[in-house]
Amino acid sequence: MTALTQTYAPEKKKNANSWLPQRWYLHILLWITCFIISFPLLYAVIVATQTNDEVVRYQVTPGSSFDTNWETVMITRKLGSYMVNSTVQAIIVTVGKTVLSLLAGLAFVYFRFPGKWLVFGFVLMTLMMPTELLIIALFRFVSGLGWGDTMAAITVPFLASATGAFLFRQHFSNIPAELSEAAQLDGANPLQFLFRILIPISWNTIGALAVIQFIYVWNMYLWPLLIIRDERAQVVQVGLGSLRNIDTTLTYGPLMLAAVVTSIPPVIVFILLQKQFMSGFAITRDK
Amino acid sequence: MTLTVILLLIIAALVGSLYMGYGYHRLRRPVVLGAGVGAVAGVLGALLFMLPLNFCTFEPERAILDVGIGILLMGTGMGVVLFSAHWLSRYFLAKGKDKPVLTGDRVQGGFNTSVLIPLVLLIPTLIILTLFLYYPAIDLFRLSTLLARLNTPRTVFRCVDNFSQILDPQFSIVTIGAIILSIVLVVGIAYIQRIGETRNNPLYNTMRSLVTPTLLVLLLSITVDLFAPDYRPVVYNTFFIAGWTVILGILLGLAVAYLVFQPVKGAAIYRTLLIWPYAISPAVAGIIFFLMFDPLNGIINHLLSLIGIQGPNWIKDPWLAKWTIIIASVWKTLGYNILFCLAGLQNISKELQEAAAIDGANAWQRFWNVVFPGMTPILFFLLITNITFAFFEMFGTIDFLTKGGPAGATTTMIYEVYTLGIIEGDLGKAAAQSLVMFVMVIGITIFQFRTSGEKVSYGA
Repeated sequence: MTALTQTYAPEKKKNANSWLPQRWYLHILLWITCFIISFPLLYAVIVATQTNDEVVRYQVTPGSSFDTNWETVMITRKLGSYMVNSTVQAIIVTVGKTVLSLLAGLAFVYFRFPGKWLVFGFVLMTLMMPTELLIIALFRFVSGLGWGDTMAAITVPFLASATGAFLFRQHFSNIPAELSEAAQLDGANPLQFLFRILIPISWNTIGALAVIQFIYVWNMYLWPLLIIRDERAQVVQVGLGSLRNIDTTLTYGPLMLAAVVTSIPPVIVFILLQKQFMSGFAITRDK
Repeated sequence: MTLTVILLLIIAALVGSLYMGYGYHRLRRPVVLGAGVGAVAGVLGALLFMLPLNFCTFEPERAILDVGIGILLMGTGMGVVLFSAHWLSRYFLAKGKDKPVLTGDRVQGGFNTSVLIPLVLLIPTLIILTLFLYYPAIDLFRLSTLLARLNTPRTVFRCVDNFSQILDPQFSIVTIGAIILSIVLVVGIAYIQRIGETRNNPLYNTMRSLVTPTLLVLLLSITVDLFAPDYRPVVYNTFFIAGWTVILGILLGLAVAYLVFQPVKGAAIYRTLLIWPYAISPAVAGIIFFLMFDPLNGIINHLLSLIGIQGPNWIKDPWLAKWTIIIASVWKTLGYNILFCLAGLQNISKELQEAAAIDGANAWQRFWNVVFPGMTPILFFLLITNITFAFFEMFGTIDFLTKGGPAGATTTMIYEVYTLGIIEGDLGKAAAQSLVMFVMVIGITIFQFRTSGEKVSYGA
């Protein structure tokens, strides 16, 4: 196995890759690309401060309506309460799934037990069952439990996944066996081994799974749309929908402000944990 | 039980005994034993779906399509059970290289504790997977055979009617064209190979490069043709939107990654600026593009008017609405694609590229002959993850941008499941449509396992 992302830092030396003769040209190309890719969000940020009149005049400078828009979004439409729900949901799922995946990975790599291949296959098969596919039956089952409009409905079904368990299984199986043998000689039990040795050397993988899970949960839309009907329990992605129509006419400013505010937590988490994400999720090629 | 059923079960037993008899012959085990196991497995497989359905597809008043579905279900069940039986036989009876390797069996420096500890570690995961994935999956099969309404406890069994209402196989012009083209290609290639004029033959090379696209179009077109006229557009929309999103997203991702991979000052900052849309949700992408492509007040039509073009009504035109969704989704997935392409580029041998440069290969030749082949495992991984995204996650973008309109032009399969099952409350039919998607996901997964001889996996 080769980890690809060891050399994530930019290369300094000139090599065969430099097919553009002059560097300034490359910089301009990169600036244009960055501008095009960032354009939708830049535009949203500007509109977020404007009144409808300013939007329609295509004013390119920040507008005069930031305060009013903020008030509409946070006080009238209570985006803050949706944000709180989403934050609680994302933290519960991220922490819960990381812990359960660590335990499952530990069991798969360091234990021998009868019927292991069966359990492994059972977990593997779920890779073919995305939640979206089962949404009709899952909706019936979870409503039947009486979990409609509860935090349990948007967290518990997502606490375990094959992706997480296999991520840690693969990570652990690349750790030399001597480590666990030495730990056992020192009299460590499996949980001590997990907390004292495995977790401290697995922060990159844990970080990678955490980023993926946080963004996945924060951006979840279809499932909360179905199962949560009570405004007070709603998550932010669905809550955005209520900003589409204010006073019967469409007001762009508050809608864009809400979209921008909604995007801040996942973007921050992503940028902060970018290094872990890249090294933890290093693409591997094994035969 | 009618005569047809008995006949089909006998056929199932025969096919099973032949298949497993041959399998046991190759394992050097008694062929008779294999044939016996195969006969039992074949019949059990045929009964797998038929017992829950109570053989209803073979009732005398059933239409020919229902009988066809029945035979298909028997065949599928047979395939599943026979494949499992064969695999289990190899696992327990074979020795040496015939024995299937289970990566799950590997243990290193294992703990010698009681069996209870690993089970305790796994139980939370297993309970959640059982309750929230396996149980709903089985319930989905049950629902798909029922007339079931949302918020109505009473249900009525209606056999495979939910399926036969969305199925109506017939050949379209595109399929017939693709069939003719593939026959022409196969015959042409065989002929040129026979007369031995394959070297530097432009016609031959063109024909060779057309084979894969033609077969792909044929496969997609036949799949669309399977469905009834009112469901066919939904399948077509899904393939159209998903297909273009995946192709454009990956190609653009590769291009931008190659650009930012050039040694340049501040590359790390450029990378961050380029990949952040990964964190944006499909719903927010839908909202932002909803404003940008607004026909009256959107910035896109304003920019077009500056260069003298009358901007179209993006959301109300059936074809443009699809492209608006595609553009928004490509933007949303671009960060992810750039990220993984960058990781892939870092693994490509610098020596090989330098050698190619010394040999006088230009930038494009180096990219095409050295970089691209080295990238295929990553591109393949991206293909699978992007298809999954396009099938399921795009829901949020569609719901905010077009709500599936105009007149269903952007209604994809998952959007239709939601509209039919939750808005209109027809759970049975929505369950049947979910299972159609399930079959497609299984098909993609099998394709993934078959083609990736060089296995692509993600993990540290």
